[in-house]
Amino acid sequence: MINKEEVKHIAKLARLGLTEKEIEQLQKELSSILDYFEKLKKVNVSRIEPTTHSILVENVMREDRESLKFKLQSPKLLDLAPETKDGYLKVKSIL
Amino acid sequence: MELTNLTIKEAHQGLKKKEFSALELCKNYLDKIEKENKKIQAFLTISKDLAISQAKKVDEIISGGQEISSLAGIPCVIKDNILVEGVRCTAGSKILENYIAPYDATVIKRLKEQGAVILGKTNLDEFAMGASGERSAFFPTRNPHDLTRVPGGSSSGSAAAVAANMSCYAMGSDTGGSIRQPASFCGIVGLKPTYGAVSRYGLIAMASSLDQIGPLAKTVEDAKIVFDVISGKDEMDSTSVESPKIENCKLKAKSVRSSSSRRDSIIENLRVGVPKEYFIKGIDKEVEKIIKTAIKKYEKLGAKIEEISLPYTEYAIAIYYIIVPSEVSANLARYDGIKFGYSVANQRIDTDTLLDVYLKSREGGLGDEVRRRIMLGTYALSAGYYDAYYLRAQKVRTLIREDFKRAFEKVDFILTPVAPTPAFKIGEKIEDPLLMYLCDVFTSPVNLAGLPAISIPAGKIAPHQNSSEGLPVGLQIIGKPFEENKILEIAKTYENL
Repeated sequence: MINKEEVKHIAKLARLGLTEKEIEQLQKELSSILDYFEKLKKVNVSRIEPTTHSILVENVMREDRESLKFKLQSPKLLDLAPETKDGYLKVKSIL
Repeated sequence: MELTNLTIKEAHQGLKKKEFSALELCKNYLDKIEKENKKIQAFLTISKDLAISQAKKVDEIISGGQEISSLAGIPCVIKDNILVEGVRCTAGSKILENYIAPYDATVIKRLKEQGAVILGKTNLDEFAMGASGERSAFFPTRNPHDLTRVPGGSSSGSAAAVAANMSCYAMGSDTGGSIRQPASFCGIVGLKPTYGAVSRYGLIAMASSLDQIGPLAKTVEDAKIVFDVISGKDEMDSTSVESPKIENCKLKAKSVRSSSSRRDSIIENLRVGVPKEYFIKGIDKEVEKIIKTAIKKYEKLGAKIEEISLPYTEYAIAIYYIIVPSEVSANLARYDGIKFGYSVANQRIDTDTLLDVYLKSREGGLGDEVRRRIMLGTYALSAGYYDAYYLRAQKVRTLIREDFKRAFEKVDFILTPVAPTPAFKIGEKIEDPLLMYLCDVFTSPVNLAGLPAISIPAGKIAPHQNSSEGLPVGLQIIGKPFEENKILEIAKTYENL
């Protein structure tokens, strides 16, 4: 069973605002799901390599150059932001 | 002739022979939606103007005497986690309620190039996280075969729309069964391609190592027509690959006269595996009977049926629900109230700090299941737990892949049920997350191994009170990587019986 403090800590890491009631609910739900995961401990994985993707994935590089497509797309993307200034996203001051 | 009953192939013939125009076809569907959608609730957005303008364009081509492609003028619907430029794309979430897609997903670009007519965007579990459609932040979609039951999920609206003839075909996405399970519940065909076979560019990411786009259609042939258009490498998705050219059908099919003097195709020397771990306690008796009968039919056609073992199956759900939330927690970090989507910065909600903007935007915009998975994933990836959960899950994922690899040394295909039950009642599983997760028990291993699989209608459970024709049950056919064409071929054999 994970405790309330752990739930709060995880919520902060995940940047999720939670009400007191939700914290209690999640404490119960996460605990029962984590209990279910315990069955994985039965598997011997000592010499097994992890799988990240089912196919071989390699980095794909491209030249770093100015792209007309992105230039045309930028204003469209900025339009979606709640606050912008001079072509930048605007956020609250953090200092 | 009811135009909305037609398959892609039939509608294409009708357009070519000028029996009806693309605009007529489109309007028939829009009327059908107008009539049926009130009770089924499959749509989040109906893109009527877009559809009509696309249909008119196709009619111009036809009247100009030019050839048209198979999908030209054929109406379709798109799961609302796939971007269509200029059309709202919600992913079934409040956090994207007013988000207008700034570009086309690659699959949409390819469909548009073929002259597709897009009728609208379909409902889904929020960010595709669910197995019933009930997790949509807007409303649940209902199963056309029984309005008191779920259509399955997460491609709930796509499956229901096709089953109710509100669309000729649909696009869906499948991370752990989200195309196949609703196809099974709604009695239609759903193809989950090999990981990498179809570009994911413009698909709102859920779990990037598992997500795959695929078609839902009325027939196997239609699914193939759509798959051929959307598959192939795309420079915008580095995980997409050009499918190795696999001969259309190397299966030795022999035509013989059956007693009914109908020409049947017999699949000779086909080795079919039936995993014993997929017929376990908890599977609905009627489902088991229908699937076993379907397997017998393949045997009668000449296939060699072998019992096989996929011993790590019992761990699939545990692995899946560690890997998916982990990837979800990373992918959904982008919904922060800063770049796009719902933000408290737009609302009259007081915030003092940047952290407050994050916390409150995500609190207001994301639903219960999404937040549960973000929490689980953040926990599984956090310091001190990474090795015990995420890394261990990835290692057992390797064992699942090896299970299938070993099996495919012995057999050409694997046949299983799609889901342990038929469509369940709305509200039946919504209170218990773990119970809902178990719906994916036969479908999620396929995604973990990156394999292609199809769900085809195998039969129906006897009629009852709310469903005069009975509830559909789907058969899953799993194949080797990039052998979609072979899967489609043997699926078609079954369909033709």
